[in-house]
Amino acid sequence: MLTKRIIPCLDVKDNRVVKGVNFLNLRDAGDPVELGARYSDTGADELVFLDITATIRSRKTIVDMVERVAKNVFIPFTVGGGVQSVEQIDELLRSGAEKVSVNTAAVQNPNLIAEAARRFGNQCVVLAIDARRSKARPGHWQVCVKAGSEPTDLDVVEWAAHGEELGAGEILLTSMDADGTLAGYDNELNKAVSDAVNIPVIASGGAGNLDHLYDAITLGGADAVLMASITHFGDFTITQMKEHLRDRGLPMNL
Amino acid sequence: MIVVIDYNIGNVRSVCNAFRHIGCDIQLSRAPDTVERALGLVLPGVAAFGYAIEALGSAAELVRQAAAAGKPVLGICVGYQMLFEESSEYGPHQGLGLVKGKVVALPAGQVVPHMGWNRVDLPGDMDLFSDLGESKHFYFAHSYYAQPGDERAKVAYTDYGFALPAAIQKDNIYGVQFHPEKSGRQGLKVLQNFYDLCRRRA
Repeated sequence: MLTKRIIPCLDVKDNRVVKGVNFLNLRDAGDPVELGARYSDTGADELVFLDITATIRSRKTIVDMVERVAKNVFIPFTVGGGVQSVEQIDELLRSGAEKVSVNTAAVQNPNLIAEAARRFGNQCVVLAIDARRSKARPGHWQVCVKAGSEPTDLDVVEWAAHGEELGAGEILLTSMDADGTLAGYDNELNKAVSDAVNIPVIASGGAGNLDHLYDAITLGGADAVLMASITHFGDFTITQMKEHLRDRGLPMNL
Repeated sequence: MIVVIDYNIGNVRSVCNAFRHIGCDIQLSRAPDTVERALGLVLPGVAAFGYAIEALGSAAELVRQAAAAGKPVLGICVGYQMLFEESSEYGPHQGLGLVKGKVVALPAGQVVPHMGWNRVDLPGDMDLFSDLGESKHFYFAHSYYAQPGDERAKVAYTDYGFALPAAIQKDNIYGVQFHPEKSGRQGLKVLQNFYDLCRRRA
């Protein structure tokens, strides 16, 4: 039986790991390679690196970073942020990433998912979705793009299901409403999406304590939980998270 | 020195990175004189079986010769699958035939690919698992699996709705279906154990 996964997320801006609240007010959390290596050594199941600078100039920087990460991190890792093309995905995979996440570019050109899945395999393609609760339609979520700054007309649940059809191997689902608040994941959102797809859903945004992780898996139906604030700033170790989930009956890699 | 067989295929770099991290002298090569000097060989692999065996090309003979000479050989993922006689992935393909058995698709009813961390029960008499206890989790990513049919091979299993062979050992031939280079501390320990047994033999 596969275990549930604990995935620290490293948002990288100008070569530093940062973490904000609702995508704003960023705090410095250290060097991405050092922090990644520490998580790899202390039992994280996977890592996600998101380049939140994502400018043309930052492309080369992120490839260099991925190469350095690959020399020091011995668990699978995903890289994303501003990925536009199959060529960029190829470059990141060659540099040592296991998976690449696409977000804005996939909304603009859904065929990017299909092309990447055909060329590299579904397992390499993660569809990242930034979701915001819709004010106009209660019980629905809007897909937001460009680091969450731009709402679209897409419905999150429909987009996730379409992403699976196109060939995404996994959904990285971030609640913008919950992100950085430490108040818990949006498990209505997680449940709605995990019910609509057969591929793994990674719940992201809002982890503040150990019970939140458990709830995202049991109530939200997530296969993996992603977190940043509670682990970068030392509130909980990876082992503490895993022991808690194991003690509550979930299969964990411990 | 350990040689990772260079045949222009994915994950080669990750495997080299992991060996370097544990302080192993590692070379990526398919030059006969370098392979000759190696204490042990590593055959990594991702991609489809047929593609990988074709890319391996003439280096297949080097691996067979080293194996026949008693040199330790470690196959990883598709590199492990290539140790067997044949695979049915996209039509029949011949493997290296160092271990009896064949490679077939994962059975229906399970999510394919088998991807993520799964627990492997570790037999006490398999060299790669020295000092790792009775079971550990390792990272898997594959859609086909090997069915060993060799009475001389020791086999370790994981549970994926059935007893899925996860590792083999037959004399000087070793293989793991999972990715030790991506399995954290316990994965690095498997590589360390391989390096140690190569040095002990030398």
